[in-house]
Amino acid sequence: MLEKLTKAFGVSGMEDDVREIIENEIKNYCDEITTDSIGNLICFKKGTDDTNKKIMISAHMDEVGFIITEITNVGYLCFKSIGGIDPRVLISKKVIVGANRILGVIGAKPPHLEKEKSENAASFKDLYIDIGAKNMEEAKSVIGIGDYACFQSDYVEFGNNLIKSKALDDRIGCNILLELAKNTFPDDIYYTFTVQEEVGCRGAGVAAYGIEPDFAIIVEATTCSDIPGTDAHSFSTKLGNGAALSILDSGSYSNKELTNAMLDTANKHNIKVQFKQTTLGGNDASTIHVSGVGIKTAVISVPCRYIHSPSSVANKDDIKSCFDILYNFLKEAGSLSI
Amino acid sequence: MKLLENLTMQIAPSGNEKNVRDLIIKESEGYVDEVTVDTLGNLILRKKGSGKKLMFSAHMDEIGLIATVIEEEGFVRFSNIGSVNPNTLRNVKVKFTNGAIGIVIEQSGENADNTSKISDMYIDVFSSCKGNELNNVFVGDAATFAPNFDACGDFISTKSLDDRIGCYILIKAIKEIKNNKNDLYFVFTVQKELNSRGAKTAVNSVSPDYAITVDVTDCDDIPNGGKCGLKLGEGPAVKIKDGSIMSHPFIKNMIIDAAEELGIKHQFEIVEKKGTDAGAIQTSGIGVVTGGISIPVRYLHTPCETANINDANDAVKIITELVNNERYWL
Repeated sequence: MLEKLTKAFGVSGMEDDVREIIENEIKNYCDEITTDSIGNLICFKKGTDDTNKKIMISAHMDEVGFIITEITNVGYLCFKSIGGIDPRVLISKKVIVGANRILGVIGAKPPHLEKEKSENAASFKDLYIDIGAKNMEEAKSVIGIGDYACFQSDYVEFGNNLIKSKALDDRIGCNILLELAKNTFPDDIYYTFTVQEEVGCRGAGVAAYGIEPDFAIIVEATTCSDIPGTDAHSFSTKLGNGAALSILDSGSYSNKELTNAMLDTANKHNIKVQFKQTTLGGNDASTIHVSGVGIKTAVISVPCRYIHSPSSVANKDDIKSCFDILYNFLKEAGSLSI
Repeated sequence: MKLLENLTMQIAPSGNEKNVRDLIIKESEGYVDEVTVDTLGNLILRKKGSGKKLMFSAHMDEIGLIATVIEEEGFVRFSNIGSVNPNTLRNVKVKFTNGAIGIVIEQSGENADNTSKISDMYIDVFSSCKGNELNNVFVGDAATFAPNFDACGDFISTKSLDDRIGCYILIKAIKEIKNNKNDLYFVFTVQKELNSRGAKTAVNSVSPDYAITVDVTDCDDIPNGGKCGLKLGEGPAVKIKDGSIMSHPFIKNMIIDAAEELGIKHQFEIVEKKGTDAGAIQTSGIGVVTGGISIPVRYLHTPCETANINDANDAVKIITELVNNERYWL
């Protein structure tokens, strides 16, 4: 399922394919499914007890990608990024473009032709997408300005329980929600698959405003910088050390009771867990927690190296730890006074 | 003055405002009709009235630090809460919300160009340590500059005048206002230094007709200080604009009217960047008619924020005058 989800085309604002896959899968397990005006998929599952508690669990469907801004005379496509993409990762990557899902490669001037060695890394304006078109007319017959593109990257398992793919951020979260929805829990749960996280968490705020949950848990993929060139105390998370709980990031200050409750769950069931050690980055919690009169939120994430690139890397054990913490937490959440 | 000292003594980095909130609740006992603490921790005190809904706000939180890693030897790595200039942190004493004390030190040899980076700093906490477990500081614990209140004549210098001086003004106003006709909400917000997140939700539950935010503003009557012309001791500043709001003329003019009626000196705040809760309040829901009163403070976001107490006390008089006289709101 995760492979199928990561393969799907779902750049922010064009999440339809991902939504369809999720809806087809989750409809067998949920009581009520709605898609709201901005495109969030909200799946309600009644709890087994009358706890009168509404829990929102959210993951975002969208991924970073590109939008076509111009087609040149000779048929190349100029583009801009959707969401935060480091242009250094782009040169010679494969992409899928437009409604016809055409294959393209991102090109740049080869080093042989550079008079002086460029000090700067490539920027978006030096890059273009080559779809093999002969000229503008041929390109225009299959692509339009405003069309989206996303990375083309296969799902591969390698090393010691690792996976590599595009869009692990946040199809990992979507998949965990799908797995959770197959179970029953005491409280009413709104499994919420949001849109447009990568362009400012625009879907999540709207979804939370409609649901008005007692609290919300955001399931994410987060940065992992256990790599050469980083001091140990500046690692944001470590691959293989379990799911990461966020204390504070640029988007929100997690509710302490909720975060501690999840930490307790992990410790009680001997599930690996870590804290995210940096306070950078933001996610759907940023718009959910200030929605309406305020919502208690917490964030749990799967560490992901090379996030927002076609070769994001995660550890299957971390994914399992994230699921296990949430599963046990939701089984016991009814007894919390949150 | 004692009240202001008590307020600045509290350790309340954004997201950890409980100490200040508890103090304000205690101080306002017997003076308010309703006490509410909302989901994010905003404190909403109501003095009931039958007229218009007026909201006065000040933020409880201050900038600070948060422990992110406890190293084997017991040194604490940290990140900032809100806008902290790393240069203000060198060799400074900090205090955690649980009372632990530490000193911020910059690793030697990391400061060649004389600009500090938080990632090159650590907190040396006075504590015994076993492995990477300190007995009094844990990952996620937050700290601020250690309390250091001093008063000299009318001048005060301490951490967190931003915005305990606003809290002080509103508490004094709460005590002085009697038999109000309008429906008054005194809102003490959380997480202002993290983009006014508290104000966003508080205003949704109050839904006021009018709002006035009481905060501080940078004072530039210092060498090489800039051009906005604010001076300590020259009276509270009427907010014209800051980075988050253009004040509504109705509020701006009523504050000027009240100051003139009372014969109180006042100045004007026109700031390019730096925002306040006023911006979040003005654009909430279908919009709120909003303005602000700002107290000039030198050296904002340092351990030695400095102000003149008369500017704050004059702000109390203006607020009391505004609330007591119906004519301003017609």
